[in-house]
Amino acid sequence: MSAIGDRSGTPPPPQTLLDSASVQPVSDSPEPPARVRRRRHRSLLPLFLLAPAVLLFLLFTVAPGGYAIYLSFMRMKVGGGLLGDQNPTQVFAGLQNYHAAFADSEFWHSILRMLFVAVIGVPATIVFSTLFALCLDAKRARLVGFARLAIFLPYAVPGVVATLLWGFIYLPATSPIGGATFDYFGSRSVFFSVANVAVWGVLGFNMVVVYTSLRGLPRELFEAAEIDGASELQIALRVKLPLLAPTLTLVTVFSLIGALQLFNEPNTLKPITNAISSTWVPLMRVYTDAFVTNDIYKGAAASFLLIVLTVTATVLANAVLRRISRRSER
Amino acid sequence: MTAVATALRPAPPARRAPAHRSRTNLIPTVILLVGALYCVLPVVWILIASTKTNGELFSTPPFEPTFHGGFVTNMRALFTYDNGIFYRWAINSVIYAVGGAALSTIVCGAAGYALGKYRFPGSVVLFRLIVAAVLLPQIMLAIPQFLLLAKFGMTNNYAAVLLPQLVSPFAIYLCKIYAEASVNDEVIEAARVDGATEWRIFLSIGARLLSPALVTVFLLQFIGIWNNFLLPYVMLNRDQLFPLTEGLYGLLIITGGQAAQYSIVIAGVLVSIVPLAILFLSLQRYWRVDLISGGVKA
Repeated sequence: MSAIGDRSGTPPPPQTLLDSASVQPVSDSPEPPARVRRRRHRSLLPLFLLAPAVLLFLLFTVAPGGYAIYLSFMRMKVGGGLLGDQNPTQVFAGLQNYHAAFADSEFWHSILRMLFVAVIGVPATIVFSTLFALCLDAKRARLVGFARLAIFLPYAVPGVVATLLWGFIYLPATSPIGGATFDYFGSRSVFFSVANVAVWGVLGFNMVVVYTSLRGLPRELFEAAEIDGASELQIALRVKLPLLAPTLTLVTVFSLIGALQLFNEPNTLKPITNAISSTWVPLMRVYTDAFVTNDIYKGAAASFLLIVLTVTATVLANAVLRRISRRSER
Repeated sequence: MTAVATALRPAPPARRAPAHRSRTNLIPTVILLVGALYCVLPVVWILIASTKTNGELFSTPPFEPTFHGGFVTNMRALFTYDNGIFYRWAINSVIYAVGGAALSTIVCGAAGYALGKYRFPGSVVLFRLIVAAVLLPQIMLAIPQFLLLAKFGMTNNYAAVLLPQLVSPFAIYLCKIYAEASVNDEVIEAARVDGATEWRIFLSIGARLLSPALVTVFLLQFIGIWNNFLLPYVMLNRDQLFPLTEGLYGLLIITGGQAAQYSIVIAGVLVSIVPLAILFLSLQRYWRVDLISGGVKA
């Protein structure tokens, strides 16, 4: 609560001298300056406003992370005593759990499978959402309103429900798209099937992000290009696309973060097909460790490893894409 | 397939310019049509499938609805399943998604405003931390979150699903950027001179000017929570607390082996898509997606 509460008209207290010094006659520029000056204004309000977020962040992100790291260095020592009937105790295990994870080929396989899906899904999402956004923006395109809503529609469908929906479409017994003759859960096709569900769900959102950014670009550029004799396709590829680079970077990084956390789709398909094991992707494996085999220590180690790998991959991708996008802007 | 495509084609666009003046640009229109069909046809199919009894599901042509009361039977089976637990799941979903998104909007909006409009010791560092935290894989934290809460016996309640999802670094980032750009310092200064407390300024000026960002955050968080399956999946084991997604998944697991129960799951899928799709498509205009991509340039 601010101390200046009930003083009206009087200058602010000493600690806000900086502010009162900078009080200007009402600005004559109607627009706010691009870089807003932040004031040193001693009030407890900002701390109060930040407190819930900081507290929740500490409690539900930092603390669980820390606890998982702690657990990852522990193990359960079963049965002391002569008959092995003492309560199991938690003892320090060093890097044992990490060694186990690194040595487990299934862990790497699960990562590989996730990467396969990502390699199919992420480019497909980016390419098609950009394609649709460019089509929405194209001159004299029809059905624009309908297509925009229709392509956005799956975004309102939760991943699990979308997977159930596609699951029935893939399932030989119910498939409307020839699941009886084509195996959608074959050793190769299963990756495409999983990626397809994921792409279906996020395509529309990404399209709208790209489209919105496209509409924000200066139209004069396109008109200038048109006057110079560029075809519509050339404008789309040579003018619009490079200008979209920063947005595409963002969309790619977010898609990547999403893809590396793949869980809903394969986990929901698991009950209806044998092609998907209980450790098909890393997150499923962590779940299996923690809940099925009840080895929370192994699960914690795998969890922490995954978070580190994902953050590293995302930071790398972000850096690379930013460089590319900067180059293409030139 | 083509027959369906033509049958599905929506009413022609209302404002059709005279043909001779501007001809339809065929290629983008066709591409858009294909994309729209790809996105809509699965939903249409599930609608058709929900009209069928289990027997018909496997025997009739996939894109042909039947009218032998299958729809009513399926819906009745769904809503009476386990003493109408489906209603309970739907209500839970609303509690998690609407309640969670609303709380999250307040928490993140307040934090974003504080970071955007005040400078205090540590504010810059805190903001950098938040930007870094955007890259954290939130879903992956679900299992560590469970392990910690389980340690204190705090799983298996509404709070265990709601609380971990309240803070979104991206939402705070978005609100901070937006507050900086749109909450005018001159206005704040004028309010200060007029004797408004910082609180008053936040509530009556800041929050109001921030509202487009807040709506966007609300929708983003709503979708995020609605979509987050892993967190409730690990936190809850009483089906009375399940959201729709988990309930349906459980239904599939239970009926997994026997195709005899598919129709009830299909009905559940339909019921959980349609209301939200309508709500979402009608809210679409209020949500400022440009804020999301705008973050890049800032």
